[in-house]
Amino acid sequence: MKLSGAEIILESLKKLGVKHIFGYPGGVILNIFDLLHDDKDLKLILTRHEQGAVHAADGYARATGKPGVVLVTSGPGATNTVTGIANASMDSIPVVVLTGQVPTLLIGNDAFQEADIIGITRPCTKYNILAKDVKELASQLKELFHIATTGRPGPVLIDLPKDVTSHKTEFIWPDKVDVRSYNPTYEGNQWMIAKAAHEIARAKKPVIIAGGGCIISEASHELRELAEYTNIPVTMTLMGLGGFPGTHDLSLGMLGMHGTYYANMSVQESDLLIAIGMRFDDRVTGKIDNFAPHARIIHIDIDPTSIRKNVRVDIPIVGDVKNVLTALNKVLKKDIKEPWDEIRKAWAKQIAVWKKERPLSYHFVKDVIKPQFVVEKIYELTKGDAIITTEVGQNQMWTAQFYKFDKPRRLLTSGGLGTMGFGLPAAIGAQLAFPDKLVIDIAGDGSIQMNIQELATAVIYKLPVKVAILKNRYLGMVRQWQELFYQERYSHTNLDVTPDFVELAHAYGAVGLRATKPNEVEPVLKEAFKVKRPVFMDFVVDWKEKVYPMVPAGASIDNMLFEEQEKKAPRKLKAVK
Amino acid sequence: MRHTISVHVENKFGVLSRVSGLFSGRGYNIESLSVAETIDPQVSIMTIVTSGDDWIIEQISKQLNKLIDVIKVTDLTELDHVEREMVLIKVSPRQENKAEVLRTAEIFRGRVVDSSINTYTIEITGDEKKIEAFIEIMKPMGIKEFVRTGKVAIARESSRKK
Repeated sequence: MKLSGAEIILESLKKLGVKHIFGYPGGVILNIFDLLHDDKDLKLILTRHEQGAVHAADGYARATGKPGVVLVTSGPGATNTVTGIANASMDSIPVVVLTGQVPTLLIGNDAFQEADIIGITRPCTKYNILAKDVKELASQLKELFHIATTGRPGPVLIDLPKDVTSHKTEFIWPDKVDVRSYNPTYEGNQWMIAKAAHEIARAKKPVIIAGGGCIISEASHELRELAEYTNIPVTMTLMGLGGFPGTHDLSLGMLGMHGTYYANMSVQESDLLIAIGMRFDDRVTGKIDNFAPHARIIHIDIDPTSIRKNVRVDIPIVGDVKNVLTALNKVLKKDIKEPWDEIRKAWAKQIAVWKKERPLSYHFVKDVIKPQFVVEKIYELTKGDAIITTEVGQNQMWTAQFYKFDKPRRLLTSGGLGTMGFGLPAAIGAQLAFPDKLVIDIAGDGSIQMNIQELATAVIYKLPVKVAILKNRYLGMVRQWQELFYQERYSHTNLDVTPDFVELAHAYGAVGLRATKPNEVEPVLKEAFKVKRPVFMDFVVDWKEKVYPMVPAGASIDNMLFEEQEKKAPRKLKAVK
Repeated sequence: MRHTISVHVENKFGVLSRVSGLFSGRGYNIESLSVAETIDPQVSIMTIVTSGDDWIIEQISKQLNKLIDVIKVTDLTELDHVEREMVLIKVSPRQENKAEVLRTAEIFRGRVVDSSINTYTIEITGDEKKIEAFIEIMKPMGIKEFVRTGKVAIARESSRKK
């Protein structure tokens, strides 16, 4: 029997295991939307903006490890997905975007709602395809899913001209995918792994830096085995949080610009860095010339371009993190019998001193809510077991610092691109995947307004996401930079006219709650977690609060600013221009 | 340092744009690029001349390999190879220099491919040095315009076996 292109697309998606699609209709994609009207197996989640659809699919993918799927129309529908795609690309998230396109004959004519989305998304997708022939659709979709989910994952896009979705052909599902030019390396080089094992045995002051790759490759268990067996402390990048238990004795928390004192000091003083599934982003390394000056570096990553891109590497190992760590653990356990605890005694002692010297802290006061206090309370009440999304800025950093993530896929945050407006739609995607889990977006009053329309999506699909807005009436992180580096010239960071979030929640049919005093925080959170509806919580917090420690941009990561120090004797700082 | 990189790619729509976009997006330099189909019509070869230190060249090569449509990347600079470029150069010499132009073209094993009352268009093939030498000599003769193909290169069979 012959099927139309639109039917082939839906059949293919089903064969690929897709259950949910996030999307928004429009003229040239109607062939597909029409079929979704009475499809029993595929559920379309209608977001209120195409950017929201991509972030929701992204959140779904981060929470589950499965690809998120997006369906939008041509022109503005397609261009609205670009931020979401770039976001998924920076964080290596498998998102499959299907865009409508004007009929093949009109392409290039500046037709109504035409945009060259293939050209526009070429640099921010892992791969993209303009569908030209209905006969190729099934194999193209299978190929795209394969590319999105294997190797270093990433977003892919297929552009579907209207005529291709209406043409008919036999539906033949290919048995396998064959992309001859795409062969990711999964197994690490044995010789390099043996070399790494010897370096680890020799090191006196080693540190593991775990990145998002540990989570993507589901390697938490192997990572923990390595750290515990060799007694090596673990620091994590923002994307790596949860890859190793944050409450573990060996955990140093996050490193980098807003990392812990002890993580940054350990890295700077280390004689061996074992970098796993991370890419030495500038927010992690600070001033590159002065990064970990005494350390030899073992770098494990599936993407060869990540290795030797920013820092010199002594032992590069290209491969899937899980496979490499399994092999490495095997070699270590078999060949090397070191009294690990003995060799690293002095190092463990030093780290304990740093931990005691400057733990993460803030000053609790009775009459004003400190934003960190809200995050801590959320952690306490959820016992660290909620799925947390964040927006971008101070809210994100306080979450990374004060919520201890013990399990992978519990923190969904826009790491690489730093996209404000990510948290709410991402929470919606995660909640859809895990209807019974508590999903909380920790937001700022700036960021939440960037995709606030998605509250409607949460209400309509009965997705009870909780949004904790840390309202300081400022674009807080930018304001912090202005205070520290731009002589307190608060140019355009004041958000004086902020909506009444409680009333706004009501207007959307959600629950709105507010806390203005510290003693109201816990009751508000408890109430919010109890109701089975979406909730906006308006926490009016201290607007002067800043994220500490902080490494000024361009400084080396042991050059940190601390709150008490800045209060006593503020340093004159200038921005790196 | 300058490198000549040979890239086997799928002969598909948009591949050139992926490769050139990679260079512009990451701030790498392209000195010349030539591309055409191979004996297998599904594969094209791009010959790219670029420059940078070892770190940059390593990244360029890795980044090219990462593109889904790239089948193989060979840095020919590391191998013994033959490279050629072609120039079509249109000169309008004064009457007394005409013979000199033709003689020089002959020395360079060039061919006159078009002539008019006032101009000769000469085709020269060779490595970069030869092309530049010829252009230098023609300058005082009065170059109207020239167009170069960019480099194509192939590894010597003897070096492939190494």
